[in-house]
Amino acid sequence: MISSSPHIWPLKGGVHPDFHKEESTQQAIAIAPLPDKLIVPIRQHIGELGKLVVHVNDYVYKGQVLTTQPKGLGSLTHAPTSGTIVDSGRYPIPHVSGFSCPGIILKPDGKEDWGEHRLTPYSNHLSVHKNQLLERLYQAGLVGLGGAAFPSMVKISAADKATIKTLIINAAECEPYITCDDMLMRENANELIQGILILIQLLQPEQCLIGIEENKPEAIAAMQDAVATTNNNVIKLVAIPSIYPSGDEKQLIQILTGIAIPKSILSFDYGILCHNIATVHSIYNAVVKGEPLISRTVTVTGSGVKHPQNFKALIGTPFHHLINTAGGYTKKAERLLMGGPMMGFAMQTDEVPVVKATNCILALSEAELPYSLTMAMPCIRCGKCADVCPVDLLPQQLYWHARAEDLEKVQQHKLFDCIECGCCSYVCPSNIPLVSYYRHAKGAVKANAEKLQKIDKARERHEYREFRLQREKDERKAKLAKHKAALQKKKAAMAAAKANGNNKQNDVSDVIKAAMERTKAKKAAAQQQAKHYSQPRNTDNLTAAQQQQIDQADARRTASTKKHTETDSK
Amino acid sequence: MEFTTDNLSNQIDNHKIAAEMRQVLYALLPGIVMMLWFFGWGALSNIILSISFALGFEALMLKLRQRPVLPFLSDYSAIVTATLLALTMPAYAPWWLLLVATFFAIVIAKHLYGGLGYNPFNPAMVGYAVVLISFPVDMVNWFTPTAFNMEQIGLSDTFALVFKGAANLPKWDAMTMATPLDTLKTGLRMDTPISEINQSPTFGVLAGKGWEWISLGYLVGGAWLIYRKIISWHIPTAFLATLMLISTAFWLIDSSFYSPPLLHLLAGGTMLGAFFIATDPITASTTPRGKLIYAALIGFFVYAIRVWGSAYPDGVAFSVLIMNMAVPLIDYYTQPRTFGSN
Repeated sequence: MISSSPHIWPLKGGVHPDFHKEESTQQAIAIAPLPDKLIVPIRQHIGELGKLVVHVNDYVYKGQVLTTQPKGLGSLTHAPTSGTIVDSGRYPIPHVSGFSCPGIILKPDGKEDWGEHRLTPYSNHLSVHKNQLLERLYQAGLVGLGGAAFPSMVKISAADKATIKTLIINAAECEPYITCDDMLMRENANELIQGILILIQLLQPEQCLIGIEENKPEAIAAMQDAVATTNNNVIKLVAIPSIYPSGDEKQLIQILTGIAIPKSILSFDYGILCHNIATVHSIYNAVVKGEPLISRTVTVTGSGVKHPQNFKALIGTPFHHLINTAGGYTKKAERLLMGGPMMGFAMQTDEVPVVKATNCILALSEAELPYSLTMAMPCIRCGKCADVCPVDLLPQQLYWHARAEDLEKVQQHKLFDCIECGCCSYVCPSNIPLVSYYRHAKGAVKANAEKLQKIDKARERHEYREFRLQREKDERKAKLAKHKAALQKKKAAMAAAKANGNNKQNDVSDVIKAAMERTKAKKAAAQQQAKHYSQPRNTDNLTAAQQQQIDQADARRTASTKKHTETDSK
Repeated sequence: MEFTTDNLSNQIDNHKIAAEMRQVLYALLPGIVMMLWFFGWGALSNIILSISFALGFEALMLKLRQRPVLPFLSDYSAIVTATLLALTMPAYAPWWLLLVATFFAIVIAKHLYGGLGYNPFNPAMVGYAVVLISFPVDMVNWFTPTAFNMEQIGLSDTFALVFKGAANLPKWDAMTMATPLDTLKTGLRMDTPISEINQSPTFGVLAGKGWEWISLGYLVGGAWLIYRKIISWHIPTAFLATLMLISTAFWLIDSSFYSPPLLHLLAGGTMLGAFFIATDPITASTTPRGKLIYAALIGFFVYAIRVWGSAYPDGVAFSVLIMNMAVPLIDYYTQPRTFGSN
């Protein structure tokens, strides 16, 4: 059903830069010729990386998976065409970080040979089970083509846990210069609607809203015709006012539904899921044609390019190959950007490949950039930035605090709600590169949080160690005290036992006592004897009468000792 | 092919700021034309002298502070400050009075606080307040506003007044009179009822003679600034609405002591203050709600100083300076609700 007068909640703030769309919409999407080499990085999505399973000199078929299957937010990378791998290593990728990433260089053989690697086409997707469809999205390496490159399968299956009431197809394409979605809709409207139907089958939403900026009348007409043929009353096409940044996910949701979702909350918590129109096309290709994501539409435009145009380019095609196909650079090519002029980022070289997130290659003169690159004047607090901020921040205050590195204040001013759309930089009369300050501050806050976490951990560990040592000390003390107490108790018990002496214990101790006394006596006798023989004696000079007395006594003693000995041995 | 990703940092681009400042100057033109009409060459001499002094001080300070002189000198900010200051000074003001005022505006209030963008107080109002307090006699010597004043005091007389002083021009004394607000204040102090004070020749059709037309000139220019989105509607609206509400309320209570709202709106510095002074972005509040609070309180203080204050007939300069101080606090507590937050 075509919504005749859909309700629209206008965007707060926003700017109207020169759209420059017509340059690249004069010709149909052309299929870019095969380049001499394709640079295929395996980092083309957020999330985990698989490991390369192909090696130098291997022959790969078109659509062959190049990596192991990563879990979580991981996604697969496929060989864009058939050919030989001539190198493997780290190559620069078009990313804001300027980092390089692991990948391969493929020399195409020109045969476009799929081998066994084309996925089974599901010509009637309605008969395919949901899980099978989700598996297909994963196997086809699908990621969001709007820029964030979030794996589509993860997005859909995560949303599966919530009930999706509204499916939103983002076809706003609000960034100046970029026309790849526009041209895709003009030329492939029926396939796009099929792709949308697959999403509807997966999510079962109550309504599906397609948001297109009204500066694309041809695309709107083509999509309207395609929607009309489906007899599906869930799909509604909504032409929205052309204002930047209406194509930001949360802004588009607000324009179409009136629901403003803060940055920290995912849209499916509100029963809303948003997919880019280019992603929808790759879903169609993956399910109906069995083609993994190995090519995409790329706008090559700007005054720095001779013949601006859209191309269907294989992933891995070097930027310069597309620029050359578009007639090469003009004299105005002073800056090379991936993405649009508002949110795109500057490339140092055109030796980087088209990746899944590459929607536009833009060559411009410095004067044509929407922000000035000259030295900034001081902020005059005019507040124009706050007027255009689509998320109601105070960019100017944020700037002061970011400059002062006041990490607490920047967070109080909701730094992390900033969507980095660049409207504030665009209107700033002092040409202050505001977004750069916010990016820097975000980095600083994150780094600081990590540092604090580390400090916290270290302190926790230290505190635990102190606690453990103290505990051990206490335990030892307690043990000792217990031991002492036990001893004391024993002593006390013994004393008590001695006091009342008619129990068994007493008998035993008497026996012991007697034995001890006997031993003592024996010892004394032995000593006496020893004394008797070894020391000078008083018996050496005795009278006869004395001697007789002694002899008698000795005889008596011997008799008594003998008697004792006998008793002992009994 | 290799490309640069660096910023070009060898030059400063001031063209956007300069363009906005020029718009402010254009918007002042209706008011300036009225000033010339009623005060003659003296209004022009004020403007020319204070712009010359301001540019001189600005260049000197930029040099001392080792800042690039030309980009900042050509951003028109010093010219706007000097023009606003000149319009608040009595016509035919002596050169040294303008020199002192611009010195305090540009050197003290602007550059010693860090230059463009960093000054917490409105420079023109600081300059004005300093000479008003220091040289009150010279500041109340207002020329009688009559049409075609350019014929009464010619260029040579103007030159004599500005550079040699009023003593060299005997007819000068007869040509000055108190401003409407001054007349009002003096009259009320002597318990004269408003109806009697209004008989004074200083009053015209709507408010003060001559002054009413100058104020309307500023109103036209200010409306154009809002239309051009150089300033937002918040500050002038809240300022004028508050002043009108309070003055109407008291006028209704006792019209023999409290003058009518139209006088408050069209006399003194109300219109210039509402559209050109309080709206100075650097020293004003920047949040939408903050602007309303900031300007409403200025309106309140203007009325309070005019009616209950003991010394000064007008209070725009002091009110603006008082509220400049409160701006950081107001801004902090009036942050807008962020997208999607409750």
